[in-house]
Amino acid sequence: MQVRSMAEYAASGETPEVLFWVGCAGSFDQRAQKVTKAFATILDKVGIKFAILGKEEMCTGDPARRAGNEFLFQMMAYNNIHTLNGYGIKKVVTICPHCFNIFKNEYPALGGNYEVMHHTTFLQQLINDGRVRIKEGGAFKGKKITYHDSCYLGRGNNIYDAPREVLQALDIELVEMKRCRSNGMCCGAGGAQMFKEEEAGTTRVNFERANQAMETGASIVAVNCPFCTTMLTDGIKNKEKEDSVSVMDIAEMVAASLA
Amino acid sequence: MHIIQQLLFILCSGIAVFFFAKKVAEIRRNINLGRDEDITDNPSARWKNMILLALGQKKMFKRPVPAFLHLAVYAGFIIINLEILEIFLDGILGKHRLFAPMLGNLYPFLIGFFEVLAVLVLTSCVIFLIRRNILKLRRLNMPELNGWPKSDANIILSTEIILMGLFLTMNTIDLVLQSRGVEHYTQTASFWITGNFTWLYSNLSTATLIGIERTCWWLHILGIFLFLNYLPFSKHLHIILAFPNAYYGKLIPQGEIKNMPDIQNEVLYMMEPDKAPPATDAQPEHHRFGAKDIQDLSWKNLLDAYSCTECGRCTAVCPANMTGKKLSPRKIMMDTRDRMEEVGKNIQEHKTFQDDGKSLLNDYITTEELRACTTCQACVEACPVSIDPLSIITQLRRNLVMEDSNAPQEWNMMFGNIENNMAPWKFSPDDRDKWVEELAG
Repeated sequence: MQVRSMAEYAASGETPEVLFWVGCAGSFDQRAQKVTKAFATILDKVGIKFAILGKEEMCTGDPARRAGNEFLFQMMAYNNIHTLNGYGIKKVVTICPHCFNIFKNEYPALGGNYEVMHHTTFLQQLINDGRVRIKEGGAFKGKKITYHDSCYLGRGNNIYDAPREVLQALDIELVEMKRCRSNGMCCGAGGAQMFKEEEAGTTRVNFERANQAMETGASIVAVNCPFCTTMLTDGIKNKEKEDSVSVMDIAEMVAASLA
Repeated sequence: MHIIQQLLFILCSGIAVFFFAKKVAEIRRNINLGRDEDITDNPSARWKNMILLALGQKKMFKRPVPAFLHLAVYAGFIIINLEILEIFLDGILGKHRLFAPMLGNLYPFLIGFFEVLAVLVLTSCVIFLIRRNILKLRRLNMPELNGWPKSDANIILSTEIILMGLFLTMNTIDLVLQSRGVEHYTQTASFWITGNFTWLYSNLSTATLIGIERTCWWLHILGIFLFLNYLPFSKHLHIILAFPNAYYGKLIPQGEIKNMPDIQNEVLYMMEPDKAPPATDAQPEHHRFGAKDIQDLSWKNLLDAYSCTECGRCTAVCPANMTGKKLSPRKIMMDTRDRMEEVGKNIQEHKTFQDDGKSLLNDYITTEELRACTTCQACVEACPVSIDPLSIITQLRRNLVMEDSNAPQEWNMMFGNIENNMAPWKFSPDDRDKWVEELAG
């Protein structure tokens, strides 16, 4: 399949339906790249004209801002908004809830106004509109699956139902963790923790959250964030349960279930 | 005799109100030490929050058991205050049960209702004491509560138990005195609860009973005056400040961090120098990035600190705290209040603030605590009265990084990567779309 960059669209005078903001994890992290590819495959399969920024995409500045480095955040924001406005981007979809939060809540004050969607909401709409069709009796049918709310999709932006509706469309048996929805527990990566060693404590946040997920007896932990994916996978490995419990992004699950 | 009691009562009320007003003015001054922030938008949403969260206690019901106990104390407290109005007027006018003749049959019904509430308050406070001191709930026995905070909680609960006890004793004896037709004790129908306990006092002489009844009456109202003046020194101040705090609570999505327009502009002028205002000779105002001390925080952060009743719902859900890190969102709020009080005293002594070589950052809140935060907003979501500990954490982090260049080595590397490679990891920006080739191939 062909993935075209915004520069290529602009050169041919075409306008894509939506810009797929891949994010740094989705671009570089090997595990997250699989999610990127899965989501791009879905978009391609249902015939959505989408573009990526490619080499012109930069970090949104989220980890810098949350670590306290506002200068760096503002520089990244300035550059990204400059690029996006230069192309006249109106609609953005992203596979990272941190990028989503920045686009939805923090870029508008800086002159970056876009209609932004997280990929789980986007997928839910595609399913509702009948554009994405799920095959009967797919790989996940009847499977016990738990869903981990990422902080920046859940509490941060009150999106709890769209990802769950996508999972329900896969005909799974959804088992909730004790801490879910607005009381969901962080995977431990947010606030730039992903990029440093944890402070001294009795255990790690991701170990604790992975234990909660495993306690449900689910064989798959469904997630919506590349950082949660890494953290929970590590937590499950710590208990040596990686053979029986896997962490999957909702986009990967949909891609594997397309009719 | 009555006139002396009346004068004494008016004097006590005057003193109580005077000292309370003085302390309220101090608290107001302390809150105003914070940075200006305009929070006047969307009043209808704000009123709604105040009604749902403060008046309606919506978030309390995430934990049903303490919610019902708290509701009993809260409803009791508010409704029994109607009875205080009568007691207050009786005290000033030298009357006894002023409302009884006016309300007729409704009066014993009302008092009966107050008595039921009083029993509920008393029982709930006893259960609360047990939860704190015998069952030792984790949330109520964390290290930041050692010392004064624990005593504060026990003082509040004990005082409420005593006040309710005095109220019920007073009513019981009143009924005995009424039945003996003692002058001044207005005849009413029996009261729902205390009507069943008059036998306790039937053996005592009328003079003794009048003595006990008056003592209870006085201790009850003096207790209330004292409690009023205890509030501003206590975490119990939440009973008042929960209302404005819910009103001024954050309306934007919890995930959003406040912008820093001055830094936004600085970056803009750097990238587009023609947009920069012409240089002037005027000295730029001294300005600190982020917050180092309470004066750098917004007044809402400071109102938050005074509204905190140290319930620890924030800390109980904090992923860092749950996994043994030093961070406790409740401690962030307690530290902010303690530092604010310290600065307030400093101002009281010296007219203006004299540098005491201390600050909220470092002397109260350590970098280790700040660095443990995942910005997951669980604390913000958990607070029943719209306190935002994360806002303070973020502002202190900004100060650490931008003023002191104080960041862990790994973060400095991450900053460097973002700046040079446009990603937090050390990858070549040219490889950003490498996955496309893999997908094509």
